[in-house]
Amino acid sequence: MANLASASKPRKFSSRNSSLGDKIFDICIYTALTLLMIVTLYPFINTLAVSFNAAVDSMKGGIHLWPRQFSVENYKFVFAENTVYNAAMISVLRSVIGTFVTVFASAMVAYTISRPEYVLKKFVTIAFIITMYINGGLIPNFLLIRDLGLLDNFWVYILPGIIGVFNLIIIRSFIEQLPDSILESARIDGAGDFRTFVNIVLPLCTPVLATVALFSTVSQWNSWFDVFLYNSSNEHLSTLQYELQKILQNSNTTSSAESGFANSGAEAMKVSPLSIRATMTIVASVPMIVIYPFLQKYFVKGMTVGGVKG
Amino acid sequence: MEKSATLTTSSSTLENKPTSFFKKLLQQRMLVLMSVPFVIWLFIFKYVPIWGWTIAFQDYQPGVSFKDQEWVGFKHFKILFTDETFAEQFLRSVRNTLAMSGINLVLGFVSAIILALLLNEVKKVAFKRTVQTVSYLPHFISWVVAAGIIQTTLATDGVINELLKWTGVIDAGQEILFLGKANWFWGIFGASTVWKDIGWNTIVYLAAMSSIDPSQYEAAEMDGAGRLKRMWHITLPGIKPVIIVLLIMNIGYLMESGFEPQYLLGNPMNVDYSENIDIFVLKYGLQQFNFPLATAAGMFKTVVSFILLFAANNIAKRMGQDRLF
Repeated sequence: MANLASASKPRKFSSRNSSLGDKIFDICIYTALTLLMIVTLYPFINTLAVSFNAAVDSMKGGIHLWPRQFSVENYKFVFAENTVYNAAMISVLRSVIGTFVTVFASAMVAYTISRPEYVLKKFVTIAFIITMYINGGLIPNFLLIRDLGLLDNFWVYILPGIIGVFNLIIIRSFIEQLPDSILESARIDGAGDFRTFVNIVLPLCTPVLATVALFSTVSQWNSWFDVFLYNSSNEHLSTLQYELQKILQNSNTTSSAESGFANSGAEAMKVSPLSIRATMTIVASVPMIVIYPFLQKYFVKGMTVGGVKG
Repeated sequence: MEKSATLTTSSSTLENKPTSFFKKLLQQRMLVLMSVPFVIWLFIFKYVPIWGWTIAFQDYQPGVSFKDQEWVGFKHFKILFTDETFAEQFLRSVRNTLAMSGINLVLGFVSAIILALLLNEVKKVAFKRTVQTVSYLPHFISWVVAAGIIQTTLATDGVINELLKWTGVIDAGQEILFLGKANWFWGIFGASTVWKDIGWNTIVYLAAMSSIDPSQYEAAEMDGAGRLKRMWHITLPGIKPVIIVLLIMNIGYLMESGFEPQYLLGNPMNVDYSENIDIFVLKYGLQQFNFPLATAAGMFKTVVSFILLFAANNIAKRMGQDRLF
């Protein structure tokens, strides 16, 4: 038991089974991994500290891990902006709707191509897999979206990405691993394919569906390029990521004439572009950071199935 | 006879009967209804854009019907590779694409394998879990957030410059504008992608390591092999198949160097090293409305990718690995 309490108290290298070399080896590993954690976490903690620090004080610099003058003014200011409030709503909406549609549709198609007797199994599978190799690219896609009338439209966030081939493959692999007997007994009870899918396959697939749902939520929440490309002229369809991107863009270039609300705030001297930026970064990233640890065991499994087996 | 009639929907009995394709299709109409609408969706959203490649062979005029467009053959491809004004920029973007995806490939692999090896040596479960969870974090933030963080970190008043001053590498007033140094961009890009995905990339290797037979380690220990030796002679060979599959697969994606980090971290000062093919396409296509040229550049990228993927897949097959796709 004494061994377990090692790292903090330096002891003589006499514990059983471990040589001096082993100890040094352990120390190196623990140091390296601790450094990695610091490098990963420091930027977030620093941003968090700045976002909770009084804006005028932040401009003096020197804030590292903890706010110097604690204040929630930055958050109050950011959420008082209709743009941000609205963008948060759109971000939530697209994440929720997009995830539901993706999970249901991917699982349904995956179920059909897992049925050995399905006559179109090969056709459907190949049709999807080809799209992993070839895609039209930016311009043809843009023209398609334009021609479909999806510019300045909320559904451009949902429709083009309903089914991803990767998701399809990991769900199919999962369904194929389910014991045949369960599906067969459902059939003997007279359940049709759709009922078998909804009542039996879906509940059994919870682990893999949780993985797909996480992937889908993260990619919906984090995407900004489709907003920029298709909906940038319509402020009501903007998302948090896109609002943040605009702020970064503006603080990156020297001209600040059109930097929108970040500037109007600076005039009031209660907030500064620096603080707004930090606050928006936190608002835009915290939901995903809070979610993923709870789903860790699922996505680790999903990645291992999909990543190697394909 | 009665029994088989009630079971016609199950697979085993169907195969014996010489039923026609359409009869089967009718019997399986539920499966058809569940999948074919999405094949139509797939056709519209993924296959119709491929038809859009025809633009690359036209002097495309918006608003003019397809049959009235003027066909110009490979004119735009010639422009991409030989025209004085465009070729230089395009070839530069190809160079940047290959360089950055190459850096990504090498650094991504090496860093993730090293981290997985280190994690595999940690005996304290709680510590290992903590490191893993923390290391996945940057994968779950957007590139917008990541780019903001990277800009802040590398700014003249950022933490890197502070560290350099504190350690005496530079003096006050000599702060380095990292993102303004064009030829440092590839390095910054490489470090950024490692920072963002190192943890995520370890998942596959750690899974492979957990399936290595523990008796191998015990046997090696009996023979007096130290931990470094065991790492080198047992763990690494144990995950070799996974490394090879992933390596081959990634060679297929050499033309994909990413878009977001370059776009978000790029600026006029580092454009010579940050602009890749995707940004070239965006710039000429949607900002300067030269649709045919941009489509040609995009098409070039996809065709090369396609060839690379096919080659990769074949190599994998020949090496006795499972088909990748």
